[in-house]
Amino acid sequence: MIDTVDNAKNTPDQEQPYRELGLKDDEYARVREILGRRPTDAELAMYSVMWSEHCSYKSSKVHWRHWSANTTPEMQAKMLAGIGENAGVVDIGDGWAVTFKLESHNHPSYVEPYQGAATGVGGIVRDIMAMGARPLAVMDPLRFGAPDHPDTRRVLPGIVAGVGGYGNSLGLPNIGGEVVFDSSYQGNPLVNALCVGAMRAEDLHLAHATGTGNKVILFGARTGLDGIGGVSVLASETFSGDEGGTGRKKLPAVQVGDPFTEKVLIECCLELFREGIVVGIQDLGGAGLSCATSELASAGDGGMVVQLEKVPLRATGMTPAEVLSSESQERMCAVVKPSDVDAFMRVCAKWDVIATEIGEVTDGDNLVITWHGETVVDVPPRTVAHEGPMYSRPIARPADQDALVADGPEKLPRPSTPDELRALVLRMAASPNLASRRWVTEQYDRYVRGGTVLAQPSDSGMIRVDEETGRGVALATDCNGRFVKLDPYTGTQLALAEAYRNVAVSGATPLAVTNCLNFGSPEDPAVMWQFEQAVRGLAEGCKELGIPVTGGNVSFYNQTGTTAILPTPVVGVLGVIDDVRRRIPTGIGAEAGETLLLLGDTRDEFGGSEWAHEVHGHLGGTPPKVDLAREKVLADVLLAGSRDGMVSAAHDLSDGGLAQTLVEACLIGEVGARVFLDQDQDPFVQLFSESAGRVLVAVPRSEELRFTEMCVARGLPVRRTGVVDPESDALELQDIATIPLPELREAWEGTLPALFG
Amino acid sequence: MRVGAVTFPGTLDDTDTLRAIAASGAEAVPLWHGDADLRGVDAVVLPGGFSYGDYLRAGAIARFAPVMGEVIDAARGGMPVLGICNGFQVLCEAGLLPGALLRNAGLHFVCKDQWLKVENNTTAWTSRYEPGAEIIIPLKNQDGRFAAPRSTVDELEGEGRVVFRYLGDDPNGSLGAIAGISDKTGRIVGLMPHPEHAIDALTGPSDDGLGMFLSALDSVVAS
Repeated sequence: MIDTVDNAKNTPDQEQPYRELGLKDDEYARVREILGRRPTDAELAMYSVMWSEHCSYKSSKVHWRHWSANTTPEMQAKMLAGIGENAGVVDIGDGWAVTFKLESHNHPSYVEPYQGAATGVGGIVRDIMAMGARPLAVMDPLRFGAPDHPDTRRVLPGIVAGVGGYGNSLGLPNIGGEVVFDSSYQGNPLVNALCVGAMRAEDLHLAHATGTGNKVILFGARTGLDGIGGVSVLASETFSGDEGGTGRKKLPAVQVGDPFTEKVLIECCLELFREGIVVGIQDLGGAGLSCATSELASAGDGGMVVQLEKVPLRATGMTPAEVLSSESQERMCAVVKPSDVDAFMRVCAKWDVIATEIGEVTDGDNLVITWHGETVVDVPPRTVAHEGPMYSRPIARPADQDALVADGPEKLPRPSTPDELRALVLRMAASPNLASRRWVTEQYDRYVRGGTVLAQPSDSGMIRVDEETGRGVALATDCNGRFVKLDPYTGTQLALAEAYRNVAVSGATPLAVTNCLNFGSPEDPAVMWQFEQAVRGLAEGCKELGIPVTGGNVSFYNQTGTTAILPTPVVGVLGVIDDVRRRIPTGIGAEAGETLLLLGDTRDEFGGSEWAHEVHGHLGGTPPKVDLAREKVLADVLLAGSRDGMVSAAHDLSDGGLAQTLVEACLIGEVGARVFLDQDQDPFVQLFSESAGRVLVAVPRSEELRFTEMCVARGLPVRRTGVVDPESDALELQDIATIPLPELREAWEGTLPALFG
Repeated sequence: MRVGAVTFPGTLDDTDTLRAIAASGAEAVPLWHGDADLRGVDAVVLPGGFSYGDYLRAGAIARFAPVMGEVIDAARGGMPVLGICNGFQVLCEAGLLPGALLRNAGLHFVCKDQWLKVENNTTAWTSRYEPGAEIIIPLKNQDGRFAAPRSTVDELEGEGRVVFRYLGDDPNGSLGAIAGISDKTGRIVGLMPHPEHAIDALTGPSDDGLGMFLSALDSVVAS
């Protein structure tokens, strides 16, 4: 029997499995208080999913004040839409608006690596479509457990194949991302997915259901039993006698993606946008129709009726609660004027997309959902979508933080002889965290749509947005979780600084920030301390850099057993470039006769470094100093260098220090170089320190003086550190070693194929 | 001069193909899978992608689309037809080219810049290349391993119908490192790598792919 609102009124004392659905006692009591009665099964399903940590941000929302407190009017002015919408939107000039967002799909990807990763890509792409934009490219920051752990061999190839399998079939270029190994991610890999899209600024579509009488249309794939998760406890009670019946087979809680359907859905949506017949649009992601209907109604005028039995299903015997909670992929929900419904249906028919009118906007206050004429949901939509619980979780600096910081890297044995340094350059180049990502990125299509100007292994991905003017965007995502563990505030600012620098290094001007905050359990005060520090660090860092946070995503409960992952606030920075033809490549040697200049200060900073991790398995001390004012000067210098044609290549210094930057610049450029280290500083520190705020640039010899004078004038330390040698097939570190490029290449490119090939 | 590019549901490289056609100086004409109409074009390109999701088998369903009846008729009448990647698979499924494309030997999707040797520069799509020219264009596919009976391969080799061959390591395990072939007339060509992604060194590894589209214009003028 279907649990209707009337039935709920008549049976106030009926036991409900709210705890199994994840609601706490007080949360359930609050639902009863809002409704003035017990919720129906369908309402309980809606509230429990929408009030989950994933959908409601109940543990993190209280910290969002840091974003608003650190957003100046100048920063605000760059945003056309910000936090609270499906994705942030920024104005990049020439009438173009760009939207981008990062999201996590961590837990599903551990259970079912291929589908978890695939549907992560699918979900973020639909978020971008819901803003009215054409998706342009994707990126995937990934974190895995120890590279030699047997389970990593199960998880990594599946996740990489899933990201590729979905994105490649969808026709979106994959232009970058990260692959990081650390044993803390062993039982909880991180799969974050970023999508960037563009639209004409006037075409921005927000997820609002306005206009009484407007129709609500569900379109895309049919709704099935996949991805229902916890709500099945309701079904098993109702249907206990019907096990094994057709279509009622229990399906895995991880959804299954169909990129072909999504590709067709993209083209269909874009044609609908072009026709100008969409009043509001929302994607169906986590929490499915529960989320889409309540968010559309909540952001609009409030009232909506939905006839749930009209939803096209691919399983028989589904209950209203299941239909509302299903996370079947590749579905969208639109609000359309009655006079445009026929035109809407014609476009969907052209693309063979199933579209069904399931309801309409009303002048009432409630979201009312009926099932064959009986009311099963009657709720104020804001209480579902936007007024969920909010917690101020206890915060406490971890008891062992002082010991961690006190245990610095100073005591670790360092190499000193030329032979030891030579061996270390090769060892680091071959280490799993620094080795070439080619084995991964060769499984991703980086060419489709013909707009990719830079992709891996460049510091940032770059996409041309406007074919006429050459205007484009650059994107980078970064996070060193070890730095964040040592000092969450500084570590998060270092992630911001690195992503900002990586965008600047490509010749683009950093413009806006998104994030995906991956942390352990919010019920652990030590984790909440890391979280609060990270959010504050990011918000205050963005204020100093003058670029706004336009949106983000929080993923809690990332832990193996009771051990939390390294805190991993992945920061994504978007930059704009007025003409992609002046992009700065990563590989040196593009022009005859280049000088290598090292910009920035190198200090003895090894806390959390790749060297301490790889060689000594050590994590302790303090992370490198962060200097955001310096990062701004660096970005200005790179921009000027790119504008005036003074820079022929640039590569930032980060994990692995100068040695790794040189190895990559030579191997990517397929050319040798001679490098002269400073006689007054320990060569080991010069080669492997991870001091922030540094970039290696190659400048044509004719521009060397002009570029150097510009740096000096702006107070940016610059040191002539070598020359590119087109005749040489080796990286020569003067007085230390000459390493042939084939030897370096074998080290750098051999590791991932040996582990996973 | 009008050159068409067909869009099936799931076609991905149609935009790029139209851009490449326009870059060659021809008028780029979008063609729709559901319309049995070639809109008066002088040559046709079937672009890459995953038509109909590649369900059943790559190219197997697209071959039955209404537009394909027109393409097959026009091809038999001598119109230059080029199949790139998924388009090559469609031409094989349609019986316009021999052989089949199987899952890559390494089982992974492969995306890389690939060196090719132009083995035959007398086809409608390769006349702009020097004999034996070596070109670099992107390769990206999951089902790119060319396979055919021994006798068919011998025939292709004997008649000079192997148009492109992979240089260096064979990226997908194709018989004889075959990357592209033609029909007996040299008017119909299929290849796995993507010339439409190599028309500009800004967004591709080279502009080596443009020669294929320019060749087709020459051959239309010549006929």
